[in-house]
Formats: sequence, C-alpha cells, structure tokens
Amino acid sequence: MYKILEKEVFSDVTKLMVIEAPHVARNARAGQFIIVRIDENGERIPLTIADYDRKAGTITIIFQEVGKSTKQLGTMNVGDSVATFVGPLGHPTEIENFGTVVCVGGGVGIAPIYPIAKALKEAGNTVISIIGARNKELLFWEDKMKAASTELIVCTDDGSYGRKALVTDPLKEILAEKGAAVKKVWAIGPAIMMKFVAAATKPFNVDTIVSLNTIMIDGTGMCGGCRVLLEEGAQFVCVDGPEFNGHKVDWDNLLSRLQFYRKEEQEALQQYDHKCKLDAAVAKGGQ
Amino acid sequence: MAQMTVKERMKIPRQDMPVQDEHVRRSNFDEVATGFTPEHVQKEADRCLQCKDPKCIEGCPVGVLIPQFIKALREGDIVKSIEWMKVKNNLPAICGRVCPQEVQCEGKCVLGKKATPVAIGRLERYVGDYELAHRTCPLNKAPRTGKKVAVVGTGPAGLTCAVDLGREGHEVTMFESLHGPGGVLVYGIPEFRLPKSVVFGEINYAVECLGIKVSCDHVIGRTYTLPELLNEYDAVFLGTGAGLPSFMRIPGINLNGVMSANEFLTRVNLMKGYLFPNYDTPAKVGKKVAVIGAGNVAMDAVRCSLRLQRLQAAKTGEDPGEVYIVYRRSRDEVPAREEEFHHAEEEGVIFNFLTNPVEILGDDKRNVRAMRCQRMQLGEPDQSGRRRPVPIEGSEFELEVDTVIMALGTSPNPLVFVDAEGLQRTKWGTTVADQESGRTTKPRVWAGGDVVTGAATVISAMGAGKRAAADMHAFLTGQTTW
Repeated sequence: MYKILEKEVFSDVTKLMVIEAPHVARNARAGQFIIVRIDENGERIPLTIADYDRKAGTITIIFQEVGKSTKQLGTMNVGDSVATFVGPLGHPTEIENFGTVVCVGGGVGIAPIYPIAKALKEAGNTVISIIGARNKELLFWEDKMKAASTELIVCTDDGSYGRKALVTDPLKEILAEKGAAVKKVWAIGPAIMMKFVAAATKPFNVDTIVSLNTIMIDGTGMCGGCRVLLEEGAQFVCVDGPEFNGHKVDWDNLLSRLQFYRKEEQEALQQYDHKCKLDAAVAKGGQ
Repeated sequence: MAQMTVKERMKIPRQDMPVQDEHVRRSNFDEVATGFTPEHVQKEADRCLQCKDPKCIEGCPVGVLIPQFIKALREGDIVKSIEWMKVKNNLPAICGRVCPQEVQCEGKCVLGKKATPVAIGRLERYVGDYELAHRTCPLNKAPRTGKKVAVVGTGPAGLTCAVDLGREGHEVTMFESLHGPGGVLVYGIPEFRLPKSVVFGEINYAVECLGIKVSCDHVIGRTYTLPELLNEYDAVFLGTGAGLPSFMRIPGINLNGVMSANEFLTRVNLMKGYLFPNYDTPAKVGKKVAVIGAGNVAMDAVRCSLRLQRLQAAKTGEDPGEVYIVYRRSRDEVPAREEEFHHAEEEGVIFNFLTNPVEILGDDKRNVRAMRCQRMQLGEPDQSGRRRPVPIEGSEFELEVDTVIMALGTSPNPLVFVDAEGLQRTKWGTTVADQESGRTTKPRVWAGGDVVTGAATVISAMGAGKRAAADMHAFLTGQTTW
C-alpha cells in the first residue's frame, strides 16, 4: 500500500497527489511514468511522473478525472493508500544542452512537461514553454513553469486567461521567427493536441518529441496493448517509449485505438456514479 | 486384503476425471476438472504395477518418486504419500493440473504400451489438493545462514527456487513486477484450468513457513537494476520467464480488435476482466473470434473467449457467436496439452487447421472485419522435426472475424537485463545458463525457466529452479566457488 501524503485540488477535475513510494522515487527521472491501481478491484492506469523527491521518497502525480478510476482516485484523501504503485517505467527523457528548445504542455499534460522543462533548463537550454488549456479553470502550475522556463506563454481556448489561442498558434509563430534556432520541441497533452503540434512543426523540420499515453496493463512490455504504429512498424509505448518522434507516429491509428474500450469505460463510469448517488442517499437517510 | 495380481490390476480401467458438463462450463470460469474422489484414487492407484525399474520417474523433469507416492496412496496412507511427493515437488496441486503428463511420466508408463497409462497427474493433483486443505507436511526451515538471496520473478521457476533456498535457512526476497505473485500461473493460466486459490494457497504457505519476503510492484531493470541487487544480496536468481508477446508481421496488426494472447489473458485472469464492471478492467471479444496458434496459450485464449461470449450474450440476449483456432499445421502437430485440446473441442471451438493468415482487414472505423488466409499443406520435416507447412497457391480466402488474438509464443522480457554487463544472451534473447547448475556468465547470478529455455512448461521451469537452488546453496555455504 502506498500512502497519499499531499493532495491539491486544482479544479473540479484536476488533482495533484504526492504519493509515498521510495522504491519508485529512487530511480525516477523526467519523462518516465508510473502505474497506479487504486484497490483490489482496480485497473492499472499509467500516469506520467509530474515531479519526484528522491530524499523524501515521493512521487507527484497530476490527473484529470475522465473515467471511473480517475474519478475514484480524486475522492481519495491524504492518509488514504493506493494498492499498487509501480515504476519508474519507460525511458527517461534525453536531456542535453541542445540550445533553444520549446516545451508544450496542454491540459493535464502541463504536469509531465514540467520536470522535462526544468531538467532542460538546468542543462543550459533556452527553454520557451507554452502551456494551454480549454479554460482558466484547467490551468495550473503557471508559477512552476515560469521558474522552469526562460520564457513562458500561457493560452486558453476560450480566452478566459492568457492569450486566446491553441498552443499551436504561438508555437508556429516562434518557429517562423526563430527558424532553425529551435533545436527540439517537446509536446505533452491530449493525443489530438500532440498530433497538431507534430503537424505544425513538420514544415520547419524540427525534431518533435511527444509522450504517448495509451491503453496499457502491465507497463513492462508484456501485454502489447499499448502498441503504436510508427513509420518503421509497431512499437510498445511502455518499453520503447513513452517518448517518440511525433513526425513518425500514425496519429489516426493511435486515436482510434484509444477509443476501443469507450463503451466499457462509460458503463463503468455510469455504474460508479450510480453507486455514489446511492451511497450519498443512504448517508443522508441515515442522518 | 489379499495382494492383487498383475492381471487383476491391468483389468481395472483408467479412471475418468470428473468434469463440469461442457454446456454448463462454457458459461462460467469455474474449474473444468473437479478432481478424483477417494474411490477413483483407490482404483487408479491399484492399477500401478510398481515396476522394479520405473520409467515414469525418468519422464518427470523433477524426478517425482511416482511409484512410492502411488503405493502409499493405495495403502490408504495419504500423509506418507505427500511426504514422498514433497521429496521432489513442492507444488503438486499445480503440476497435477498443468503438466503435459502424456509426454512426460504417463508417456513412459509401461501400462500405456498395452492399454492406457496410470493417471499419474490426476493422482498427483489429489495428493496436492489434500495437502493444501490439510497441511500435514510442514515446510521446515534450517537454522539461519545469514545469507541473502534475491529471486527475480515469482512464477514456477522463482517460486521453486525461493522455497528450496528458504528451507535451507537463507533469507529470501522475491521480486515481482505485477501487483501479485505467481507469474504466468496467475496472469496466463485461466481460473477454469488452475484456480488462483491453489496458486495463492501454495505461495502464502511458503511465505508463512519460511519467512520469504515478496516485494510486488518492483520491476527489476527499472525500480532496481541487477547490479543494484548484487550489491545488496549474496546471490540472485533470474526466473523472469518469457513474457514478451510476438505479433505476426502482416498488415493490419494494429487494427482495433487485434491483441496478443498475453494482453487478453492478463485482462481476463490477472485483472479479472470477466467480472467487469465489478472489476474495473474490461475484457471483451466480438462475435467471431480467431485465435492464431494451437499451443496451451492458444487453447486458454480460445476457451476464455467462448466463455466471455456467453457472459456477454447473457447480458444482451444475443447469439454468443463463434470461436476459431487458426493454425498453419495440422491436428497431429498441435502442441497443446492433450486434455486442453480435448476440452476445447468439447466446448465447441472450431478448428481451422492448415490455415495461415496473411493480412488482417479492417472496416472504415479501423475495426477488424476479416482475415485474409491461405491454405497450407505439409511438406518436408523442418528443424523441429515437424512437417513444414507450405502455402497452396491460389488458395487465399477471407475468414470473417471481428477479434484476432495472437498466441504465437513469447520470448524473454529484456527489461531485467538493463545494465547487466557480462550476462550473456542468445540471439533469441534467452539467457545463457548452465543446464545443471543454472549459472549464468555473470558471477553470483543464476537463471532458470523460460528466461533460459524460451517458452516451455511449468514443470521444466520448476526443475530448473530446483537445480539452481541446489547449486546456489552449495555456493552460499562455501561448498563450491564461482
């Protein structure tokens, strides 16, 4: 069992948790992920590491409540424990002094882009970061991203905070302005955002690294459920990634594979919501 | 009781294993074979001729003292029978269920030459189940040696190795990457063939009696590397199995509805997907499921599929659908355990022999809609001694399917070898290890089971774990050096 030591609520659906997991923290690096399972009936869900503290033996995760498991995790509090916490999994980000780099974080993808931006800046890069979300509510860690970047651009889809734009808009402007001076782009966020970031950088021929979050069970190369089609063939996100060259990913295949269990995900969520309502009604009735 | 004559013994028919009716069991995940009754056991044990030079023992990868345990059984002394069993085999309830007896002990039984062999596996299971329920044979631990051993992997090889070393008084820690121990016994083999309660019963007992520590959620190669383990432990055993699935190199393998047998079985068995949504991980199949391959894993996948189809149909009221085995060789080459093939046939699996998929076809939503296959014929024997399947020209046809499960064999997971300098591997990714001692090319590291042989059987992995444990003990107590 792994204890929740801290919890921060960024919005109704975005939450941060610091988990006590010294075995994961000791080797954790930017770009890697963990797998969490809430309880004995739970599913194994992969989440990219948002931060780690080797000394304290903790891992920070940030998640958005989209399905039954993340919703249930969101109800847990400091002092509660999760049944499974495995990692660090996948390859860490290759950090070097490349020169000027751009880090793009969309929605809950702001969390995993943070340790990458931070490590890149510490390695001497000029780090231009772009963070964005649908609205102000869903933004977080602006201060931390500011500290981890040389320059930070904030945007929202609806203009409720920062610039009213998609993250690809400032990205294209930067690429047009700086051209070949931008050596690499990292993008983490919803698959559709990463697809469009890759499409935006392609004409500029800038290396674009995306971090994929696919359906996964074990996270160690055993099930192959996470496989992604690249130009060179199928690869496993869990052991070959999670970072890949965004220009080589077959995005439409990835997007369709993410939908495969959609019906079951909805069924699980409905049953969970129903149970929550019943529990609440029972609790109310008991008062 | 007067001694029976050989003639009398040979007159007794081989006792059938009681099973759940195939029409009933197709809709549940309960164990198919329900086990011998004491009456079956008496009759079956009476069949054994107690050969002076027993061939059955030679057929067993761990050399179980078969005539001895059967003799005790027929004399009604089950406690003695268990003692004989445990001399060589710590996990009889598991072996009795999953060993391919027909090519091992029973394949060598002299009775098999004239009629049918003694049902050694069924007797073994009976003895194992009795021990699980009654615990008459405690696992004794020798005084502490002060030596620390890490066992990586908690499947059959690791488990056997850990128990033997624990009995010798060494301090054993087992590392498991998943959230529970058991390896392939838990994630791979379905409940209806090997109930999880049997596996956990054996593991918990060993852990309790011997003080073995089990560290789950530890991925060696990531959480700790092998060199890190060597800094903390006097010896390391690698029993990480062959967990990496193979996919055919044909177009369409990334369509929705194509998965590895590993993924499918892990969803169903480890994550209990057949109980979705009471368990969170979904496992689903379509109405026309093709499982490619014909080994034990393929049989497990196809039989899980037909059960899932019926559970799904019970909810929707629709027709459950069909399941197919698609295999490029013929019936004679089927590598699965005979009983599994037989059960699959009974349960209504449709077998497409001499059929090889060449492309998986999708619809406009990228879901599987069919498989383009070609018919094969058997040519000259290949390296494996089996006749090589050759395509028949112009025989291509479409098989309408919506789910494709690939059960084409597995290879060792390379993750454990991160930073493992000096540890030699073959071009197939298996670890080079001495067959007798299990020693690898890296000092203080032993290996055994599928990580060395490639995908094989539970019992051969147990045998390797046992042999390695003996050599590790000799090394740890200074009887041998590296």
